[in-house]
Amino acid sequence: MSVKEAKVLEREPAPTHIEHEGILGEQFETLDQQNNAYLIGMWAFIVQEVLFLGAIFAAYGIYRLKYLHEFTLAHKELDWVVGGLNTLVLLASSYTMARAVRAAMQNKHGRQMLYLTFTLLFASVFMFNKYIEYSKKYEHHLIPGRGYDAHTIVEHAEHKELLEPLPDGNYKLKLETEKIVTPEEFKQRTQLFLGFYFILTGLHGLHVLVGMTVIGVLVGRAYIDYKKRKPVADYMPVEMVGLYWHFVDIVWIFIYPLLYLIGR
Amino acid sequence: MAMQTVAQSESKQINYLNWKTTVASWLLTYDHKRIGILYLISISLFFLLGGLAAALIRLELATPKGDLLTSDVYNKMFTIHGVLMIFFFLIPSIPAVFGNFVLPLMIGARDVAFPRLNLLSWYFFMAGAFLATVALLRGGIDTGWTFYTPYSSSFAKGEVSLAIMGVFLAGFSSIFTGINFLVTIHKMRAPGMTWFRLPLFVWAMYATSLIQVLGTPVVAITLLLVAIERSLRIGIFDPQLGGDPILYQHLFWFYSHPAVYIMILPGMGVISEVISAFSKKRVFGYHFVAFSSLAIAIIGFLVWGHHMFSSGQSIYAGLLFSFLSFLVAIPSAIKTFNWMTTIWKGRVHWEAPMVYALGFMGLFVIGGLTGLHLGALATNLHLTDTYFVVAHFHYVMVGGAIMAYLAALHYWWPKMTGRMYPQSWAKLSALLVFVGFNLTFFPQFILGYLGMPRRYHSYPEEWAALNLLSSAGASVLGFGYIIPVIYLVWSLKYGRIVTERNPWGARGLEWELVETPPDPHNFERTPIVTRPAYDYGHPEEPTGFVPKPRPVVVGGKDG
Repeated sequence: MSVKEAKVLEREPAPTHIEHEGILGEQFETLDQQNNAYLIGMWAFIVQEVLFLGAIFAAYGIYRLKYLHEFTLAHKELDWVVGGLNTLVLLASSYTMARAVRAAMQNKHGRQMLYLTFTLLFASVFMFNKYIEYSKKYEHHLIPGRGYDAHTIVEHAEHKELLEPLPDGNYKLKLETEKIVTPEEFKQRTQLFLGFYFILTGLHGLHVLVGMTVIGVLVGRAYIDYKKRKPVADYMPVEMVGLYWHFVDIVWIFIYPLLYLIGR
Repeated sequence: MAMQTVAQSESKQINYLNWKTTVASWLLTYDHKRIGILYLISISLFFLLGGLAAALIRLELATPKGDLLTSDVYNKMFTIHGVLMIFFFLIPSIPAVFGNFVLPLMIGARDVAFPRLNLLSWYFFMAGAFLATVALLRGGIDTGWTFYTPYSSSFAKGEVSLAIMGVFLAGFSSIFTGINFLVTIHKMRAPGMTWFRLPLFVWAMYATSLIQVLGTPVVAITLLLVAIERSLRIGIFDPQLGGDPILYQHLFWFYSHPAVYIMILPGMGVISEVISAFSKKRVFGYHFVAFSSLAIAIIGFLVWGHHMFSSGQSIYAGLLFSFLSFLVAIPSAIKTFNWMTTIWKGRVHWEAPMVYALGFMGLFVIGGLTGLHLGALATNLHLTDTYFVVAHFHYVMVGGAIMAYLAALHYWWPKMTGRMYPQSWAKLSALLVFVGFNLTFFPQFILGYLGMPRRYHSYPEEWAALNLLSSAGASVLGFGYIIPVIYLVWSLKYGRIVTERNPWGARGLEWELVETPPDPHNFERTPIVTRPAYDYGHPEEPTGFVPKPRPVVVGGKDG
């Protein structure tokens, strides 16, 4: 009997985890303790993420109030169909992720591998759509920075009769209320919107990529467990990645209406 | 001398320092004690660098004319001083060094909940420190540690973005430490170690971790936005580009005010430990002291606007923030009064940590009370951006946090190293720090009241005398900091060897059940706690814990 078990037996009469030898970290007494620690840790990390991204959402909200007309016109450049498709894709990936967690808990390694692969697939579809969206922005010179040019937004808005060039060169923005801005102001403020778009979706995409990497590792581990016909494996990694993955989805659930839908 | 050699040969027992000695065993260690030591060494380096910058600043200000440094170099100096001292010394100081070293020992755990994350956080810290150092070496930056926009995003020359990335990484190091300690305190406590049996240092660390997890991400993303604005010219904070600099200040102080409590709360926890250990008395009003830590952390999130009274924030917001700022005084006062009543009728032992702790109390009270002058709207308008502010926050951060850090260092030094430093030198240096500190910063209160503004390298003749006094005090203070460095390093080789577990006769798992220096696995077996913390009422029973059989250990005092 190892020292670790001796310590546990000393105070806990029912060490249900003896078959979990090799899973329990050296610093923990019981598997319960370890699992709870991981869960609290993951939730604390998610809280941290909420504040990290929350600051950008707050800034976005403030500027949307301040530059309502410019932001509304700029957001019409976003493709709500592709965004909506991506929402569905991510929701589907959340479903398969939940099934993967369930399979891991039941030690059904084959099924776990299958569902994780589906999750990975959906995530790739999401990233592919993102790539299409981004390259369209590039074609229209809508990437913030030196090459940024608002003329596409102006043309589209003019076409929809939401923007009217005035004889003095300024623009009149016509929503429910009207507002007159200089071309330079219009450029800066629409660029600010696209800046928020790229920062938010970029950070979100980064999170998706991190998630995909970890899910890839989990697929490999599930495959090994499956080949070895391991009766019991630690399901906590899948559970934790699942939590993370659902969080990344929820961030998108906030991004989609705030950037793509409001004011359409 | 002969006694020492005998003790040395007997103390061949395995401890966390000698069980593996390769460089890799240190750089890849998961042991919370070793990670604490890694932090201790790295932040000491940044403390010395930041102190050097401070010395140059005070040297320049010794005379009214700007004769030593040009205004440009002077700006870079106070930026180096601020960035290094705040992000790379004060914020990791007590949490990362002593939180890592003693927190698991205090709660009876073998390690923190996530040892690998713990090591990762040190690497994040070092990576951030590396980037910041490169930025400073490549010509430095002159934005001040606050990186105020639009100066930092549109005008400042130099490697601002690199320094920002350094702070960003250090911020995530802090977040990881916070998450780790939160989970450790929740899940790793030994059986019987209930919430109200926790030492108050643990309560303080819990409150600190909350701030680290809830506050730091906001400043991280804010600084990232500054770097993005700098490189892409998106108008997030620069009004010329359509942005709002006040928004930057809101987001920045939303973290950076609570960050002040990241610096002072662990210090308050240390003072509770030290005062109790050297008064041989339970901390008076344990529950009040514990909850006052949480109160400070929570109220601390609601007061950031008091940094912006003169920034164009609405007067009603100012009123509210002023009122909330005054509330912080209540839990702080609860702590101070409870420490005083702890000493009252205790058996006070005048060892070095106690002298440092008393120094903390004196300086912290002045720092805290002058905070009320700044929190009041009317006086703030007169004092804002003057040396009064400089003196106030140095009283809290240097007089408070660093005094507490030194108290902690002297208190746990024998446990960490197995060596004792010379007490008389330690007490002398505590006295020097106290006197030198007051000489340096008290004149600055007067200067600020007279209207001397911050961040200038020259000033009118009429303020020469007080500035000279301040610079003279700084040299005394410098000696006060150098002496401990010398005798502590000296003690590693020549100090009296400590083999007994509890050289101070203190209460707490880390003193009563852990070897000196600690075993790699901390405890022989997981302890079972049956008594409250600071159980000093039973002189006939040396430990506050269930006596349990344990194997004979070679090298103990009675071994």
